[in-house]
Amino acid sequence: MTITQRLLGSRTLAALTAPHSVDRYLELVNPMWAATEVRARVVDITRETSGEHPVATLTLQPTSTWRGHRAGQYVQVGVEINGARRTTRCFSISSAESDPGERFTITVRAHDEAKPGQQRVSRFLVREAEPGQILHLSQAQGDFTLTESPATPTNNHLLMISGGSGITPVMSQVRTLLRDGYDGKANRKVTFLHYARSEEDLIFADELRRLQFEDNHVDVHLKFGDEVFSAESLARLVPAYRDTDTWACGPAPMMHLIHEAYGESPRLRSEFFKLSTAVGAASGSVEGDLSFTRSGASATNTGDSILEQAEAQGLSPEFGCRMGICFSCVSRKTEGTVRNVLTGEESALPDEDIRICVSAPVGDCAVDL
Amino acid sequence: MTTRTTSTNARLTPEQLEAFGNEMDAIRQRLIADLGEEDAAYIRGIVKKQRQLEVAGRALMYLPPAWPLAVAALSVSKILDNMEIGHNVMHGQYDWMGDPGLNSRMYEWDNVCPSEQWKYSHNYIHHTFTNILGKDRDIGYGILRMDEDQKWHPYYLGNPLYAFLLMVFFEWGVAMHDLEVENIVKGTRKLEENKALHAGIMRKVRTQALKDYLLFPALTGPLFPLTFAGNATANLVRNIWAFNIIFCGHFPSGAETFTEEECQDQDGEESRGHWYYRQVLGSANISGGKLFHIMSGNLSHQIEHHLFPDLPARRYPEIAAEVREICGRYGLEYTTGPLHRQLGSVAKKIFRLALPGKRAPRPGPEAEQPVTLAA
Repeated sequence: MTITQRLLGSRTLAALTAPHSVDRYLELVNPMWAATEVRARVVDITRETSGEHPVATLTLQPTSTWRGHRAGQYVQVGVEINGARRTTRCFSISSAESDPGERFTITVRAHDEAKPGQQRVSRFLVREAEPGQILHLSQAQGDFTLTESPATPTNNHLLMISGGSGITPVMSQVRTLLRDGYDGKANRKVTFLHYARSEEDLIFADELRRLQFEDNHVDVHLKFGDEVFSAESLARLVPAYRDTDTWACGPAPMMHLIHEAYGESPRLRSEFFKLSTAVGAASGSVEGDLSFTRSGASATNTGDSILEQAEAQGLSPEFGCRMGICFSCVSRKTEGTVRNVLTGEESALPDEDIRICVSAPVGDCAVDL
Repeated sequence: MTTRTTSTNARLTPEQLEAFGNEMDAIRQRLIADLGEEDAAYIRGIVKKQRQLEVAGRALMYLPPAWPLAVAALSVSKILDNMEIGHNVMHGQYDWMGDPGLNSRMYEWDNVCPSEQWKYSHNYIHHTFTNILGKDRDIGYGILRMDEDQKWHPYYLGNPLYAFLLMVFFEWGVAMHDLEVENIVKGTRKLEENKALHAGIMRKVRTQALKDYLLFPALTGPLFPLTFAGNATANLVRNIWAFNIIFCGHFPSGAETFTEEECQDQDGEESRGHWYYRQVLGSANISGGKLFHIMSGNLSHQIEHHLFPDLPARRYPEIAAEVREICGRYGLEYTTGPLHRQLGSVAKKIFRLALPGKRAPRPGPEAEQPVTLAA
């Protein structure tokens, strides 16, 4: 920790800027100065694939507050699109483990906008962002991490399975093994099985081809198109897969198959992201289930406000005006679509703060209550 | 021109109330659809100005000849922080931006009142039950007699003195507001209920006092007393300004109060239309220029603020003419006037209500009585 950082993080400075945080002042001078918050400047953007849903790798220079990441972790990225609404999404880090303040990369696939405002982050990062763009970050999170130390050769066999853009955290792990192992080798047997829609759609194509041919202890198997994951094909490749430490990351249907193949095996570590909430129910429809994640309660959606439905379940969330003006009842909706009963506006963003007294679920919905 | 109240306010039928509410909802909808870049740039610009003034004010304290300038910069900084930024951000006006620094749940203002407590008494109690006697504790703040329907007591002979003290110590008054001292005196509230609130206030008071009365003065070394006095003056200036603007929001003649029964429809509930109606009649605007509106946190558009408390205050001026036109069509008084006139009206009320006396409608343009509508 440098002297500047120690000074910026000091209690005395915090007492002087109170009740505001030191960062509220620093950001006005230079967005890359921070005492506690983490931000990053995009320094490079490289297209990985083109096509309908292109993928790009963004190299980020974080503020000195970045504590580094372990291979397999993700980071929350907030962007102010058009300078107004900040939207935050999670992206896996694709580069090898980073030290505090060190550059790292995220690899992002541009998704369609299911509804206006949705999925804008990935689209923006891939298609619109330019070097110099400032992003708001969290610290690295997640425990889908490589537990092996690349610096210590072992005879443990590691198995990596990924599908589509699920390759990113796994790539971070393989890159870490190769970077930190002896002689650019993993120094243990690594089987890396990846499924992509097509050759054109293959992320990190050049690097994967190179890995295939180099003598690096990593055995790369690429599958395309109709060759979906099956327990049988995995068993041909790694007969004792259930007893092999496995890291798997991919789209939900593939993850479902993988979980079935592994049964109760504790060797499987898996990661999947909360993609855009399915736009299942038609606008204004009263169906689906409303679940309250903290209390575990759940009930069929009645179409009433979430506050009323929570109370009907015997919960007593905080509330005030019950008419949408006082913000006492703001709660976090973790999944699903809600309709503002005053304006009719619908919103499907995951992890969104809503006023439950004037929000009614549209289809399945989960709220942190 | 100043409008004053007489009994000219129309009583609206339930149908009219509904139509009135729909017109207000339409404005609301239109504004929400239009929120975006300009609003974000505006509030960020104000925050930047406020922080620059604050830093300038703190720095100028090192130059004794510039003391008045330092105090002025710091005063404006505190006023902006509390009003155009703090008050409005804590109303959730900028929550849609998703910026933690401008989020109603996270913002803390440069004021001894903990934001958490203020949000409860202000956003919920005051904005929901605006000007309902016995419900809205902002009518006289439990200290003053600001309405004829508050029963007179010899205590109220001190009305002008209490008002003066509240002005000078306004931030402290706001901080103690939630303790409901008057109800403790009356015996309707137990002292224990205040324990948690007490702790919160003391924590905030310590934070505020530490920087304004110890750390910053100490940092100026031998100028300690001067800086101390400067910081105290800036807090005082903010107190006086905020008090004056806020007292013009609901107390000038023309602003009405309501009883709980008046607000209920046949089902014993208040309709959305009536809620809007009550917000218009219970509030008063102050006319003035752009800078004045910014410095008052746009509370000079109290009527628009009470109609749409969660929409960015910078939008109030642009909808004011429309709101006024709608009110005119429904025969509702839209109370407004320049600051000096509204203040004069409030001062008169403070003095007059120090003395006993029921509302006795006095004829003529100086009539002060808010007229309570018959249910």
